[in-house]
Amino acid sequence: MEKFTQLRGVAAPLDMVNVDTDLIIPKQHLKTIERTGLGKYLLDELRYNEDGSEKEDFVLNQPAYRDAKILVAGDNFGCGSSREHAPWAIDDFGIRCVISTSFADIFFNNCFKNGILPIVVSPEDLEKLMDDAGRGSNAVLTVDLEAQEITGPDGGTISFDVDQFRKHCLINGLDDIGLTMEKENKITDFEAKRAQSQPWL
Amino acid sequence: MTQPRTLFQKIWDSHLVDTQDDGTCLIYIDRHLTHEVTSPQAFEGLRKTGRKVRAPEKTLAVPDHNVPTKDRHLPIEDDIAQLQLDTLEKNVREFGIPYYPMDDIRQGIVHIVGPEQGFTLPGMTIVCGDSHTATHGAFGSIAMGIGTSEVEHVLATQTLLQAVPKTMRITVNGKLQPGVESKDLVLAIIGQIGTAGGTGYVIEYAGEAIRDLSMEGRMTVCNMTIEGGARAGLIAPDEKTYDYIKGRPMAPKAGAYEQAVEYWKTLPSDEGAVYDTEVVVDATKIEPYVTWGTSPEEVGPVSGSVPDPADFAAQGKEAKIQRSLEYMGLTAGTKITDIPIDRAFVGSCTNGRIEDMRAAAAVAKGRKVADRVSAMIVPGSGLVKEQAEQEGLDKIFIEAGFEWREAGCSMCLAMNADRLETGEHCASTSNRNFEGRQGRGGRTHLMSPAMAVAAAIAGHIVDIRDLD
Repeated sequence: MEKFTQLRGVAAPLDMVNVDTDLIIPKQHLKTIERTGLGKYLLDELRYNEDGSEKEDFVLNQPAYRDAKILVAGDNFGCGSSREHAPWAIDDFGIRCVISTSFADIFFNNCFKNGILPIVVSPEDLEKLMDDAGRGSNAVLTVDLEAQEITGPDGGTISFDVDQFRKHCLINGLDDIGLTMEKENKITDFEAKRAQSQPWL
Repeated sequence: MTQPRTLFQKIWDSHLVDTQDDGTCLIYIDRHLTHEVTSPQAFEGLRKTGRKVRAPEKTLAVPDHNVPTKDRHLPIEDDIAQLQLDTLEKNVREFGIPYYPMDDIRQGIVHIVGPEQGFTLPGMTIVCGDSHTATHGAFGSIAMGIGTSEVEHVLATQTLLQAVPKTMRITVNGKLQPGVESKDLVLAIIGQIGTAGGTGYVIEYAGEAIRDLSMEGRMTVCNMTIEGGARAGLIAPDEKTYDYIKGRPMAPKAGAYEQAVEYWKTLPSDEGAVYDTEVVVDATKIEPYVTWGTSPEEVGPVSGSVPDPADFAAQGKEAKIQRSLEYMGLTAGTKITDIPIDRAFVGSCTNGRIEDMRAAAAVAKGRKVADRVSAMIVPGSGLVKEQAEQEGLDKIFIEAGFEWREAGCSMCLAMNADRLETGEHCASTSNRNFEGRQGRGGRTHLMSPAMAVAAAIAGHIVDIRDLD
């Protein structure tokens, strides 16, 4: 997994609540057997007309935001389906940090597995960041995971919380599976005990 | 004297393999279901790293999302869907995982198949790369949806790294009124707590109305837990649970079964166990419920009207509701029963079980689908289909003008050919009314099977209690 330490880039505002994973990546794009290549379908129905042409007024189609690296969105981002295609599409587009007042649990987990940092901020901070993100090519934010700080275009900072284990894994680009496999003995012991206590399993 | 524990805590504690210093838990996973859509990248990950599947017999693979629900003898028209189905088959062969192919009578939606086969048992941890895995919580197990990276983690290690969730108990007091089903109950609960109300929680459902539900009804309630934001919902096992399990193909056999039941009886929450949050619902006040918007929380009683976005200003959701109504083509003040219906869909992991088929048939019997409506019934598994046909339900549906299809996820998420056209209103027994969920521009109204059939017959939403 790619490491996440510091990220500096344009933040795109998506001022909508309850953005579900069906909206982030609709089902017709879930038939892939790859993890890559989904960026062009990110937020498909908001981004494109039915004939495939771009909707000019949609934020990610505006020149200033085409290379956005951060997304600032409303409450309960990523609700609904567990599809990891949602963070894959976000990552493939080039966005590596999503900021909101809250995230759905499965999506939140999925982000960390893909080197994406989801940041939860207060409603007041989100309002400020949404405002910052509205400044087009000047909407540049710096996200410092080590310091747990977001620095806005005016130099103001907002601090954020992050689970320390997840932070450690992101900063070092660690693979969960590799870490768990180091505990193989414990898993084997557990299985042996359960074979005794619950033989019907 | 040990601290009183909840059902959730007992299962969690009994699956702890390791706890890190920061509190992150490594929990053992007893059962893993997998399907064609969220697994290919996980198997590919194993191949790339040279890892094996730790316990292949603890995973069960079934294709469901992409499968066609008619003309199964013909090749699938969608090459990409076919490749995904072929990939699942190739992967299960390579890694030695039990598998029900499309032409197996046991094939169906993973969350229907698990309980049906006795793969799902009380006291277990069950996962699947699908958010509706919560369904299996109806048996008193911790069942949750996971992403593909976690699928790979489970395949490789039979464990998951998890933070301890908070606990919420939703107690539903009193009895549901005639015409009100488990679907109405769970929609009412989501309307009350909101679509993010359960975020960070595992929900235990309790109370008289929950105890009164059949296993099928309990599965419907647990299934939609994720629509309230919680990854898992569960219900204490009881005699109904044990009776449902007894004799199923993968359930413990005589001798082991009795031993298992003794254990399962120790699972219900202890008197005095403490939850982080308590919610109380009055079952007697619940009417048939219908969604009018594009989030499961945008829901109300069938006797009501489409609300005014201005009423949501205090919650900061005025713009969201405005957008929902524009998408749905509805205006504030329209009576719910005046909403026209073009399509009807009975099926899905929420309402594709035999009891749902019976409830649908009871309304369809002797009636006709309205001319303007195209309606389909999709059983949740090959075995549900077989049972329904033995009971003659298929004939009732066909005579009433419904299409009777093969088992699969179908128009719940419209990955196969079953989908809405732009602007069509659909009376649907599925679980999500998100924009575009059932087809780009499609307008979903979630409701119970009886209500969906009644709407198909009338050509508009109706109150099932008004049927003669």
